[in-house]
Amino acid sequence: MNCIKIETTDLNLYYGNYHALKAVTMDIRADAVTALIGPSGCGKSTFLKTINRMNDLIQGVRITGRVCLDGEEIYAPGVDVTTLRRRVGMVFQQPNPFPMSIYDNIAYGPRVHGEKNKNRLDEIVERSLRRAAIWEETKDRLKKPAPGLSGGQQQRLCIARALAVEPEVLLLDEPTSALDPVSSLRIEELLLQLKKSYTIVIVTHNMQQAVRISDDTAFFLAGTVVEWGRTGQFFSRPRDRKTMDYIAGRYG
Amino acid sequence: MDIGIHGVRQTAHNTPQGRLGLSVTEKRSHTQRIETAAEAIFTLCACCMVFAVGSITLYMIANGIPAIYKLGAREILFSSVWKPTAADPSFGILYVILTSVAGTVLAIFLGVPVALLTAVFLTEAAPRPLAAVVRPAIELLAGIPSVVYGLLGMLVLNPLVYRLEQWVFRGSQTHQFTGGANLLSAVLVLAIMILPTVISVSETALRAVPEQLRASSMALGASRIQTIFQIILPAARPGIVTAVVLGVGRAVGEAMAVNLVSGGCVNVPLPFCSVRFLTTAIVSEMGYAEGLHRQALFTIGLVLFGFIMLVNILLHKILREEKG
Repeated sequence: MNCIKIETTDLNLYYGNYHALKAVTMDIRADAVTALIGPSGCGKSTFLKTINRMNDLIQGVRITGRVCLDGEEIYAPGVDVTTLRRRVGMVFQQPNPFPMSIYDNIAYGPRVHGEKNKNRLDEIVERSLRRAAIWEETKDRLKKPAPGLSGGQQQRLCIARALAVEPEVLLLDEPTSALDPVSSLRIEELLLQLKKSYTIVIVTHNMQQAVRISDDTAFFLAGTVVEWGRTGQFFSRPRDRKTMDYIAGRYG
Repeated sequence: MDIGIHGVRQTAHNTPQGRLGLSVTEKRSHTQRIETAAEAIFTLCACCMVFAVGSITLYMIANGIPAIYKLGAREILFSSVWKPTAADPSFGILYVILTSVAGTVLAIFLGVPVALLTAVFLTEAAPRPLAAVVRPAIELLAGIPSVVYGLLGMLVLNPLVYRLEQWVFRGSQTHQFTGGANLLSAVLVLAIMILPTVISVSETALRAVPEQLRASSMALGASRIQTIFQIILPAARPGIVTAVVLGVGRAVGEAMAVNLVSGGCVNVPLPFCSVRFLTTAIVSEMGYAEGLHRQALFTIGLVLFGFIMLVNILLHKILREEKG
């Protein structure tokens, strides 16, 4: 039984007048994979971004309710967003390495947080690339531009880049939807490795993927969380009629 | 033609013209003729451009060479005495060349940082109402004729620079006072004149940086300033280089405004010296020049042309390297 890492209570989010998240209350367990599923536009990506306050970057966003990380309210006044984002890393749908070398991509995070020591940076780069299972492919070309890697490699590089700042939580927004099946599988294997030491929240359109890698699943529909719980139970005995329809492929 | 259920071809045909009475092999001469004509017109237009560039190049070389041939490259390019109308005339344009180079470099050093920060401000920081004022202002700046810049420079800048000059050289016996019409004024005017070009080209480059890169940087806990200077500006580098090179081109080639504020004596390019640029030498002397003097002015034109070509070649090279 893992303890709770993130809890949201009555979380509402508005884009201007549009009510995008409606009273979302759910828990995310530490050192487990939580999958967020639901049809396009249901609010699952928006919910993901509330956890590291990436919605702050969008104009006209208003949030009510509470999001707590280890019991600390992250929308309270005086919260340092850079520290929050350091503790809660994020990987996006499109692999998006910075237009610089592989090494500099990984070292970017530690550097902006003040790490200047060359030896320590070397260590961080190697450790992060190893954890993201891409060290063997990149160790001889660390100084080469990262955009030269394949799509799947780029995405693992982005995971390594996120790991380099030693986060506790990793948010992934459909990390495999732009990748081929083999690359996707490698990412999934990687996530199963990583969940031993990180809390992982993944948005996915692929229900098989949710079944394969997640411990918990939450189903979003029109801005509400319809149902959430242990993945096994969620898919075999859904409590809600709408969940049943969705996982049976009747809509979405 | 149908394929029968057992893969046997059934040979029942429709009429060869199909339902609309059109055969695929029939020539549609009218449409074809328009296509051919249009293609010819496009080609002709493109050829005109090539012809224009080619003839300008030939013409500049043909008219710029004679003076070099008569006086020798060393005498004209590397000598500093410019006395075209003296009894014993001398046609050294070294100071003129140096003035153009110094004026351009200084204008770039002053103008580009301001322009870049303005572009960053417009793309990253400006609240919408403020951007709505600043952007049209910049476009207007680009549209103002250069002679107007010169007039304003005379009215506003020269007196200010003169006051500075009086303060810097107070008590000096040797300094020749310029009344503010000097290299410094010219550099300031040029720096302002390149702003619109550099701002709008680099703003476009900054806008083209994928939103995802910004988001990724912020998601790693980087601040906005760190993201701008370490991710967005480097990612926009090819476009920013283009902007700077276009600015150089504008500054090197500017004649009217510079002519009005720079004094006009051939001099070492020092901030408080009255100076003559490549462009202003041609503009101010062509009216009365004849013979060898006239040919020497064409040589100045050729040097200017050479600079512009160099700048363009450099730009292509840099952009190709960035891509490769």
